Amino acid sequence: MVKVGLGFEMKTQDPEDRINNFNEVALGLTEKEAVDEARKCLNCKKAACVDGCPVEIDIPAFVQYVANGEFEKALYKIREKNFLPAICGRVCPQEDQCEKMCILAKKGKAVSIGNLERFVADWEIANNRKPRVERPASRGMKVAVAGSGPAGLTCAGELAKMGYDVTIFESLHKAGGVLTYGIPEFRLPKKIVGLDLEYLKGFGVKIEGNFLTGKTKTLDELKTEGFKAFFLGIGAGLPYFLGVEGENLNGIYSANEFLTRTNLMKSYLFPEYDTPIKVGNTVGVIGAGNVAMDSARCALRLGAKEVYIIYRRTEREMPARIDEINRAKEEGVRFELLTHPTKFSGDENGWVKEANLLRNKLGEPDSSSRRRPVPIPGSEFRMKLDTVVCAIGQGPNPLLPRTLPGLKLNDDGNIIVGKDHMTSIEGVFAGGDIVTGAATVISAMGAGKKAARAIDNYLKAKPASAS
Amino acid sequence: MPYKILNKIKLNSLMWKLGLEAPLVARAAKPGQFIILRIDEKGERIPLTINDLDLKKGVITVIFQEAGATTKRLGCLKEGDFVEDVLGPLGRPTSFGKVGRVILVAGGVGIAEILPIARYTKSLGNFVLTIIGSRTKEILILEEELKRCSDRLVVTTDDGSYGIKGLVLDPLRDVLAKEKFDLCYCVGPDIMMKAVSQVTQTCGVKTLVSLDANMVDATGMCATCRVTVGGKTQFVCVDGPEFDGHLVDWDGFMKRQKRFVEEEKRALGSFQSPHKNCMYR
Repeated sequence: MVKVGLGFEMKTQDPEDRINNFNEVALGLTEKEAVDEARKCLNCKKAACVDGCPVEIDIPAFVQYVANGEFEKALYKIREKNFLPAICGRVCPQEDQCEKMCILAKKGKAVSIGNLERFVADWEIANNRKPRVERPASRGMKVAVAGSGPAGLTCAGELAKMGYDVTIFESLHKAGGVLTYGIPEFRLPKKIVGLDLEYLKGFGVKIEGNFLTGKTKTLDELKTEGFKAFFLGIGAGLPYFLGVEGENLNGIYSANEFLTRTNLMKSYLFPEYDTPIKVGNTVGVIGAGNVAMDSARCALRLGAKEVYIIYRRTEREMPARIDEINRAKEEGVRFELLTHPTKFSGDENGWVKEANLLRNKLGEPDSSSRRRPVPIPGSEFRMKLDTVVCAIGQGPNPLLPRTLPGLKLNDDGNIIVGKDHMTSIEGVFAGGDIVTGAATVISAMGAGKKAARAIDNYLKAKPASAS
Repeated sequence: MPYKILNKIKLNSLMWKLGLEAPLVARAAKPGQFIILRIDEKGERIPLTINDLDLKKGVITVIFQEAGATTKRLGCLKEGDFVEDVLGPLGRPTSFGKVGRVILVAGGVGIAEILPIARYTKSLGNFVLTIIGSRTKEILILEEELKRCSDRLVVTTDDGSYGIKGLVLDPLRDVLAKEKFDLCYCVGPDIMMKAVSQVTQTCGVKTLVSLDANMVDATGMCATCRVTVGGKTQFVCVDGPEFDGHLVDWDGFMKRQKRFVEEEKRALGSFQSPHKNCMYR
């Protein structure tokens, strides 16, 4: 996959400063920068950028508003299609989506659509404008959404906009899913997440925290309370491990644990906050996706002296956004490429001390069309590590599916859905990572949006008296 | 929405019993399950076994022992105060059913956790022999309650201040030497569960233990509570908390339990009671 570079370099906190704080790294655009950038847009008749957007934002229209200095209009143009512009402006992989499709991308000068989206969302906050919300007439029909991550939030928002009475059930104490527990403050400030959530709640979406769907109440119980349809947006919550010896040693975290302690529980403020985290001098992060970059950069900020990304392929195949890789490099994260661990060993108290690793070379492309890493015999070496973060991906959490015997899953445990996003159980829809496996915020939002339409069609087709 | 502390009873110099208003949890809870509790915005998420419940009032009871900063902070809350978060019920419920003769072993604050198991066991028509152990008489809890749902109850104290002097292991060995049991269920300090599992293994009595691990989300997401059971990695929060005591990698588990000891000490050092001398107590 060829990555398109950013058309525009945004100002950032200086790397030497920022590794000592959790404040946002990318500082946003000034009004002048935004207007100048927006003026680059050719306002193509057949706007390819829109095809690259999973939530179908009318990109040329909003960019033209920015070019004219009409920032509020630009924001509401985005909001016609996207409830979470401040979030998406920050975390969408635009270089693989809208910006990749931009006609100017061929010259490496794509309009920096993501930065503009962020700019208009931040403009509202900076100018203390209260978002305007027009609540539609109620249809008096209840829909339940399990999970308050990007898929669930979007599905809930779209349904609320159509007049449904929507409740999101979230097991954690804070809403947002991966936006809240996973993506670090320095990449996505939690205040920003909170503000986008407030906008969504303005449409009447209720969010009930501390509610584990399937355990606190089952879907059947919710049905008897009058919920007519369900959307399962429960994400890819189950951490994968490598399956090598010594993986349960102390000091070896799943990325989920490492990030949840840091972001949701604010353990970087321990002992002011009660949840501890322990980070040694030398940290190895296994994997090279966005979650791995987030973990590596958190480790630096938590006081690690040396942090290594240990990845089995080369930089070319890294799944992380190019921005995030660059920022990790600027901050001093080192890269051990074409390398994978085969064993961890520890001291007498069970703390990890060392990893055995093997060098790889690249072989034939595999099912992901990336070249497969092939271990080089005799290349084994050791590395001293006192903290390891395993960031090799997440699978579907089986907790809720276990409570639904009729729910069809694939071999990986992902929920199987039809074109209309309906699962094997009538009236129960699903979307996002629980269906596709771990992917991006925006693809989950796209699924949430399509599922909302399908739920609307389903409920409209159903006689009012049927349960 | 915060959760109200409806009642708070001091059981002894270390332990408290809290009645929390959590009707949804009370409605769904089954024996062997637990909750996650977080006191306030800055609090950590701690697992606590559901000890009892009142369905009509929508109340769940938890019993805890003051050990670290969080449980000390919890000990300073008053009736009528609120805790920010209660999530549950979590974990797989106890489900061994009617097996015949069951021996229950519990120690310390684990005695609070054996009560719902004892009631469950008895209600299914099993024969129930309960052995509970405490360091000393002053901190022994729930003796009367357990008597009511046990066919026989044996009490030990380490210092001999009450019941049989010594550990629960001695009466356990005696009983197992003389009588046949179909199942042992044990909850208490890790070292006790390990020792009990060793004793029952030599006698060939299947043994379930209820593990109490450090957790964060407690929904299978973070894996901080992982434990090796029969060579396979399991999560205490969603695969447990009950496991086959003969298959648990006790040494690995006990080492993992100590990973935040230094931080816990630090937190305890910076802990300050909100009340001068904690007047409430």
